[in-house]
Amino acid sequence: MRSFGTLLKNELKLNIRNMNMVIFAVILPLVVLVILGFIYGTKPAAEGASYTFLEQSVGALCTISICASGLMGLPLVVSEYRERKILKRFQVTPVSPAKLLAVEFTIYVFYCAVSLVTLLLASMLFWRVTIPGSLPAFLGSWLLTMVSTLSIGLMVGGIARNAKSASVIACLLYFPMLIFSGATLPLEVMPGAMQKVVSIFPLTQGIQMMKATSLGLPTGGLWVPAAVMGAVTVICMGVAVTCFQWE
Amino acid sequence: MRDEKLAVQVTGLTKSYQGKTVLSGLDLSIKRGTVFGLLGANGAGKSTTIECILGTRRADSGTVSVLGHDPGKERGKLFQRVGVQFQEGDYQPEIKVFELCEEIACLYNHPADWRELCRRFGIGGKLKNAVKSLSGGERQRLFIVLALIPNPELVFLDELTTGLDAKARRDVWSILSELKGEGLTILLTSHFMDEVEALCDEICILRQGKAVFHGTVDQARAQSGCEKFEDAYLQMSGEEDAA
Repeated sequence: MRSFGTLLKNELKLNIRNMNMVIFAVILPLVVLVILGFIYGTKPAAEGASYTFLEQSVGALCTISICASGLMGLPLVVSEYRERKILKRFQVTPVSPAKLLAVEFTIYVFYCAVSLVTLLLASMLFWRVTIPGSLPAFLGSWLLTMVSTLSIGLMVGGIARNAKSASVIACLLYFPMLIFSGATLPLEVMPGAMQKVVSIFPLTQGIQMMKATSLGLPTGGLWVPAAVMGAVTVICMGVAVTCFQWE
Repeated sequence: MRDEKLAVQVTGLTKSYQGKTVLSGLDLSIKRGTVFGLLGANGAGKSTTIECILGTRRADSGTVSVLGHDPGKERGKLFQRVGVQFQEGDYQPEIKVFELCEEIACLYNHPADWRELCRRFGIGGKLKNAVKSLSGGERQRLFIVLALIPNPELVFLDELTTGLDAKARRDVWSILSELKGEGLTILLTSHFMDEVEALCDEICILRQGKAVFHGTVDQARAQSGCEKFEDAYLQMSGEEDAA
């Protein structure tokens, strides 16, 4: 555990020094919040809705950092370490692939958590946003969404041959998910067949779940999204560790 | 079969890439507490030999035992006791010297005092500098420090003094001799024959994936009939013919 702590501290320092994730996972979501805040303020989400537009958007805003971390940051850092032969140096030390991956994973959990806290605080302070639904249920669905999305990134980083192919795969995952998962385009406006296809994205499930739990909407079948995300997490983490490539 | 006095024992090591034979039936043994030089022209199979011994590449056939471990199967245990300096080792882009040392030291059960090691190798004043800002020679010494952080029983040094000036090379030699006196086993590769003469108890010269010589520097001179070791090396490694 001592080695995990030291690795985490140093790798986190390096990651923050790089600034990319600070911008894309922490500052960018806040900027979007501020823009939405100035446009909608405390207006209700729709005519006669019991919650405001911002309250409805909190879940989706939280997924910006999750996407940036899981589909860009994590796969790129792991594959870059492979390409630069940094992993090869670790290969001739006693460290296990699982521990190295866990360290990088935890760094991005940290970014997502910082983004969640700053978004909630800012929206509560400036636009009186509340969580009318259940806060624990909202946090639970956030956790599941984050862990499942990061595990996809971990798998891509664990097996991609080099930074270039990781970045291509990351883009192929990042943009469709960002556009079609309901983070930007509401799921309800998509045709039925398309809804079915995009519903295998853990992000789609996650956003629906976060929206429902935070607003206290009737939660029909939360077991299905939870099961989809849980399965994605287990499969991706398993593949990442067992198929890990040092070089 | 397994000899306790041997740090490394390799028998019948064979490896080919895409039909091209890189190593064919290589036998090697390195006694504990000695310095062993693995020599040969570029492409003779030195790096592949080291990688197969470390288990980072799987040989097509042959057996490897390092400190009594099978490197392919007991990575975690083996690398508590072995330090490695790779020629092409890289580091995280923005990392500082002390961070890199700290990060390596935390992986071992009984790491050496890396501050002391850095002082010994003359980079004690550079701990807070970014690794990329070091000169080539300083970086090379840092990588030797990293290989010694595990407090290893056996250390692999690939082209250890490449990029060092004459004074720094002498300093590195004398530290390695001291460490050998403390019982460290060293496997090194080098293109400098004066270095090999000064440090190595035994050498192996590779030529097209085969060991063409295995013995001491004096034996190499005697066998080739050359007065200078460098001439003996050039003759046996086949570099002379190429040139």
